[in-house]
Amino acid sequence: MSGGGDHHTVPFMQAVRAALILSRREKINLLVAALIFSLAALLPVFNTTYWLSIGVSIAMFTVLATSWALFSGPTNYIALSTAAFFGIGMYIVGGGLPYLPFPALVVVAAVAGALFAAVVGLATLRIAGVYFVIFTLGLAELVRQIVAWAQHVMGTSSGLYVLIGISDQAMYWLLLGLAALAYLVGWFIGRSRLGFALRIIGNDEVVAVHSGINTARAKVVLFVISSTFAAVTGALVAPRWSYVEPSIAFSPFLSFEVVIMALLGGVHRLWGPLVGVIPFTLLWEFISAKFPAQTTLLLGACFLLIVYFIPRGVVGLIEDLVRQLRRRKGDHA
Amino acid sequence: MPDAGTPTMSVKGVSKRFGGLVAVDNMSFEIARNEMLGLIGPNGSGKTTMLNLISGALKPSAGTILLEGEDISAAAASEIANRGIARTFQIVRMLPALTVLENVAAGGVFGHSRRWGRELDDFARELLHRVGLQAAGDAPVAALTYIDQKRVELARALASEPKILLLDEWLAGLNPTELRTGIALIEKIRAEGRTVIIVEHVMDAIRSLCDRCVVMNSGAKIAEGTPREVLADAEVIRAYLGDADA
Repeated sequence: MSGGGDHHTVPFMQAVRAALILSRREKINLLVAALIFSLAALLPVFNTTYWLSIGVSIAMFTVLATSWALFSGPTNYIALSTAAFFGIGMYIVGGGLPYLPFPALVVVAAVAGALFAAVVGLATLRIAGVYFVIFTLGLAELVRQIVAWAQHVMGTSSGLYVLIGISDQAMYWLLLGLAALAYLVGWFIGRSRLGFALRIIGNDEVVAVHSGINTARAKVVLFVISSTFAAVTGALVAPRWSYVEPSIAFSPFLSFEVVIMALLGGVHRLWGPLVGVIPFTLLWEFISAKFPAQTTLLLGACFLLIVYFIPRGVVGLIEDLVRQLRRRKGDHA
Repeated sequence: MPDAGTPTMSVKGVSKRFGGLVAVDNMSFEIARNEMLGLIGPNGSGKTTMLNLISGALKPSAGTILLEGEDISAAAASEIANRGIARTFQIVRMLPALTVLENVAAGGVFGHSRRWGRELDDFARELLHRVGLQAAGDAPVAALTYIDQKRVELARALASEPKILLLDEWLAGLNPTELRTGIALIEKIRAEGRTVIIVEHVMDAIRSLCDRCVVMNSGAKIAEGTPREVLADAEVIRAYLGDADA
């Protein structure tokens, strides 16, 4: 983790090799995950625009909620900065299209997101609790105002056209690939010292510090990883909007949606957020079609209900159920 | 006393002020290798603050702390842990979402000596055995009794194989039976040849465990010597009991 001396440093490749020694159960899990992803990749075959569009939304929120939980799950730091990084990615694609090809812009978005997250992380991760929440919420607004101001100064219009021929199908596959990457990264972190360090930090930061963990560094690394995924997601879906403006790209609504979905699913398992994303996206589709004027109200109500009734998410419910079943089985035995 | 050469740690003229309050006032003492040093004194005399200064939870306002000759007084707490100082806490600190085994392993991954994977698990299991914990390693810590939680915390501190172990009132809150078990356990740790500073109120423990004591009152050192010497010292008695004519 942190440098005490050269003999302490574990070479990166050695860590990778150690992480790749899998138990039988892990091999099965990996196989199941690969199977699910292959099945999900077949969605465009059915050739229905409606379901493909929902598929894009689900894939997008899966990346956002899963990567959000990578940082916020173990540390219990509720970050509302998803929109800030998502918007940066979107604007890099929107603004850069006349100069660079799309794939290059996605890479630029990743680098810019990572750098910005490192700066923000170093500055803010020393503050904890509600102050951190408010700061991250303000961050998206701040970036949005800066972008709007910059466009005003340069005399361009407040929006950008993102006219590039990417089919929904291609976008879906790109996002699905990104989701797979998010899972791989999350799985790798979960098995690593860094993952263990974050769990200790989330339980008791004082113990973490006195166990030799450089808590600031561990948190910044995770915040950077998590935010980079948000920036890349923003870059990949930018063409979907075809017209990007600050209020869309940096919408605080997005940050809240991601938090709600992740909490609904459960943030203590890697696959938890997915369990929240799928029902929520479908529910959302239904609500915004039937009650277009009351969406915000209903989102707030969902938030309250989830936090009140299922604080540990659907995954928590499932785990409780499994435990009860096992106990009952034990009683009979 | 074994090895009277260079001290493992020296505290030189260390003070800690909180605004107008001087919690630690110009403290100086040394600890030799394999020594068990008792840091004693009445409530509020600055013992825990002194431990917090050594472990890096607080930074001294003045003075230096040397670990094997190197100045650690400005280092971050995590850095001090890496260099080989481990501690327990006055009020036991468990990692509630982690299992017993993980609670112990937490001390052995990032600190002074580092392990990972099977080697870490085996070492953590061995430590649990060494501190006399019978409970299963995969049990949740909430299921443990108070003394067993204290054992887990001790095992976690030992997991980094520290050069110096700081025990902050490790025996506090134990019932008389547990206290005997606890003293025997620290006796065993001591017999392993470790360098330990204990902050303690239990006089029996101090008498039987410590090679040497430093007595603090109102943040300053008022006596130093063997337990027998310092506990007979007139000023120490006055600090604990007040003036005879009061």
